[in-house]
Amino acid sequence: MLARYIFHRLLQLVPVLFLVTVFVFLIVQIIPGDPVLVMLGVDPETGGRYAEEQYTALKGQLGLDQPIYVQYYNWLKRVLSGDLGLSLQSRRPVLDILVERYPATIYLAIVALATGLLIAIPAGLVAAVRQNTAADYAAMGYAMWGVAMPNFWLALMLIVLFSVKLGWLPSIGYASPLESPLKFLQHVFLPAIVLGTDLAASLTRYVRAEMLEQLKQDYIRTARAKGLPPPIIFVKHALRNSLIATVTVVGLQIARLLGGSTIVETVFTWPGVGSLLLEGIYSRDYPIVQGSVLIIAVTYVGINLIVDILYKWLDPRIKLE
Amino acid sequence: MKAETLSGDIRAREKRAPGYLSSLGDAIRVIASNRLALFGLVIISTTVFAATFAPVIATHDPYEINIPQRLQGPSAEHRLGTDFMGRDTFSRIVYGARTALQVAIGAVLLGACLGIPIGAVAGYSGRWLDAVFMRVMDAILAFPGRLMAIALVASLGGGLFSLYIAIGVNSIPSYARIVRSAVLSQKEREYVEAARMTGESEFRILFFQILPNCLAPLLVRLSLDFGGAILTESSLSFLGLGFPPPTPSWGLMLKEVTPMLQIQPWAAFFPGLTISLVILAFNLLGDGLRDVFDPRQYER
Repeated sequence: MLARYIFHRLLQLVPVLFLVTVFVFLIVQIIPGDPVLVMLGVDPETGGRYAEEQYTALKGQLGLDQPIYVQYYNWLKRVLSGDLGLSLQSRRPVLDILVERYPATIYLAIVALATGLLIAIPAGLVAAVRQNTAADYAAMGYAMWGVAMPNFWLALMLIVLFSVKLGWLPSIGYASPLESPLKFLQHVFLPAIVLGTDLAASLTRYVRAEMLEQLKQDYIRTARAKGLPPPIIFVKHALRNSLIATVTVVGLQIARLLGGSTIVETVFTWPGVGSLLLEGIYSRDYPIVQGSVLIIAVTYVGINLIVDILYKWLDPRIKLE
Repeated sequence: MKAETLSGDIRAREKRAPGYLSSLGDAIRVIASNRLALFGLVIISTTVFAATFAPVIATHDPYEINIPQRLQGPSAEHRLGTDFMGRDTFSRIVYGARTALQVAIGAVLLGACLGIPIGAVAGYSGRWLDAVFMRVMDAILAFPGRLMAIALVASLGGGLFSLYIAIGVNSIPSYARIVRSAVLSQKEREYVEAARMTGESEFRILFFQILPNCLAPLLVRLSLDFGGAILTESSLSFLGLGFPPPTPSWGLMLKEVTPMLQIQPWAAFFPGLTISLVILAFNLLGDGLRDVFDPRQYER
């Protein structure tokens, strides 16, 4: 049954991945005017100087003189063989650069996810158990406010507090967790809090709602009647069942994390794929832009796939659509 | 007493099928009794008011540069301080409301105007058209929203129109899904049959008979999307991908003072606080509307 589900889910992936590649391909196509001139940094109005050979070479690399479906086919063929083109700035293969930058994004996402869960699960649990008390209102206030607050603003305010005023933490920079774990923790703290807050804000509401739902169930009444101590009922029974439904939401939130991390990485100069994307945009390095968007989108699709399968495995009652 | 209101409630729900005005009246009543939603409504009204009467409310010219008075904290002269060029932060925030609402209205309308017909046609015609439309919608949903907006703006360039597209495209699927499932649940009802018997055209049945019935979940979505659009606009502007300076945009204001964070944190505090409050307001209103309509009957 699970195998069939996985097979079905993999089939669904085909059109999605197809459209994702079409979109990434179109990033260059929808540049207004002549994309080659734009990439060479020539202003279409004022004009500018560029070497004729450079123009022809770039145009050849992009294959812009062919019909659009041929261009897409050729591009896709190259991408599938791992050739994402050369960076216009550094002249290095885009794939190499992505491989360098990808781990930093993943490390940040993992720490942020852990931070988010560490905030959301206790907050949601307490809010549900102590419904309509000050604790509940505080948790819900945090949830509402956390969703509304732009993460770049939170980032700036935390930098002001922890780096500028208190001088406790570095505001920018990065160290690999494999080489110097302690330095990594110092650097990852603020970005992880920012992304974790974003994540926790929406998760807290789900955990609370699910907990409230579970606490109404008969098995909880049975557990109470048996005389089990409340902490065991709340954590071992109700929370465990609440978290199953939360898994999907976590999956969706990782999407926000990946999309939002672009900004947070940029603010903290975290050398991940998100900040690479923006560097690519600022320097009109479109192969870099395409490569970063592609890798983030594919990661996102992949995570959603894993989460769906995990959910199905955790709760076999879920029906296939 | 309780039984009475309950049956009244059921009657109100039954009546809602062809006419929706009674439920809008209900909505206003319930919103007024929900303090959080009311708070949201007050903030939104203030923002709209500020945007409309910006020249009257602003204390200074939002573009006026005054270098000697740069990076000041809040004072009697400059209520919320000044930015790195000595421009008055309060006045720029007031004018920024225009920018934010302008982008949000355009983007949300674009999303709704494309999403609603797509969902309606997909639900009504069924078969392959439904399958094709919905797969495309799935693919858009399979893309992290903010990432798509960034990528689109990177290609299309900044400016109002590309911001509409970049922000609006993301919300097409949610409208399409809401409308599609509403249409699916309504198209076999008696009143649709009746309209068909009287010889109404399919177009009129779809858009004038069926569509008004999913107004409720659409309003909820609209409110939440407004907040989302403002967040995306300010994020893009913060990254320097939205409006060019010296446009008074909340996100851009934050970007411009980021390098001077150590000298004058207030200059970054107020624009961000404004963004948060406005988004919070739209979310609270959306939640309030959801409580009124309970869109769970339509979604998915």
